Amino acid sequence: MKCRVCRGPAIIDVRRHNANFCVEHFIEQCERQVTKAIDAFSMIAPGERVLVAVSGGKDSLALWDLLHRLGHHAEGLYLGLGIGDYSDDSGVYARNFATARGLVLHEVDLRRDYGYDVPRAAAATRRVPCSACGLSKRHLFDEVARQGNFDVVATGHNLDDEAAVLFGNVLRWQTEYLARQMPVLPAGNGFPRKVKPLVRLSEREMAAYCIVTGIDYQVEECPMAAGNSHLGYKEALNIIEDRSPGTKHDFYFGFLDRAAEAFRQGLEQDATMLGRCRDCGAPTPSDRCAFCRLVERAGGRLPGTDGQGPDAGTDTPVVLGRRERP
Amino acid sequence: MNVRLRNPSRTVQVQGGRSVAKLLNELGLNRETVLVIRNGTLVPGDGFLEDSDEVELRPVISGGAA
Repeated sequence: MKCRVCRGPAIIDVRRHNANFCVEHFIEQCERQVTKAIDAFSMIAPGERVLVAVSGGKDSLALWDLLHRLGHHAEGLYLGLGIGDYSDDSGVYARNFATARGLVLHEVDLRRDYGYDVPRAAAATRRVPCSACGLSKRHLFDEVARQGNFDVVATGHNLDDEAAVLFGNVLRWQTEYLARQMPVLPAGNGFPRKVKPLVRLSEREMAAYCIVTGIDYQVEECPMAAGNSHLGYKEALNIIEDRSPGTKHDFYFGFLDRAAEAFRQGLEQDATMLGRCRDCGAPTPSDRCAFCRLVERAGGRLPGTDGQGPDAGTDTPVVLGRRERP
Repeated sequence: MNVRLRNPSRTVQVQGGRSVAKLLNELGLNRETVLVIRNGTLVPGDGFLEDSDEVELRPVISGGAA
């Protein structure tokens, strides 16, 4: 295989583009695709402060690296989820990445700062762990962005992630979720802007990007995600993609071009009805937000309260975003 | 050749002398879901693997539902 650009030896084939790339031109291709996504969807304006949600995995570290390379002011936020060795190792990857590049990494630890963790929350709510995990992440990304005066929160959702979520939402006609599935969610009602600059790049390309740029990342899968429906949707889509390269791209971007607008109209009406959580002040349609209810059910506590959570007295709550590296 | 697999991490012996595409096909692996690494370098689908190679098959699919 030869690189499409320079005709030198290729290290990767990207079948949906019918193209092969050497290391240099593959990195350029990734930069170009991120720039294209940022420009096409007005994700980040020059000079804006970006908070990157960092898990220690390939997508979030590649995103942080790409935004940094492209000249954006990007700081990271790592959430300690309390999922055993997996979380401990993930934190090390995130910290090592930040330290090596002299980037600022903020940290929030669910167990230390809120007195609960994802396994405990999943047990208390009797729902799948990904539900409590996702709720915690969304709330804390918003919270840290507000407190740190960030203009935008960037997440490492890639083309495979978005296509799989779309597939699941279509299978069950989850119209409210379909209305929210955009590469950009604008700021408003107390929420920061949310952007997904990797939507034009596949999961395989992100792993390859990390390998060729020397980014050391958490390869092991989250033990609590095994067998979830999201991974099943990805598997199904990859069977189709293998036979018909480009299907995932056409499925997702065809939705954005030709169907998303019809679902969005209902979302805009709902957004005007939000109040503020009586405990934490976050935007919510009820008097207490879902996160505060989750913390209570899991036996945790909010920072700044005296704390009746299980770990109270052994851990010291910290103000969000205070811990920074380096 | 020695082939390292992940999730869980383990090493298996596989006969070399074949291309990456053929190896993945014989192992029943979808090429969208895995990268082949030899000595820290990516090997494309038409790359040839020798019996003496140390190879990693790294899965690229990840993520919770949130």
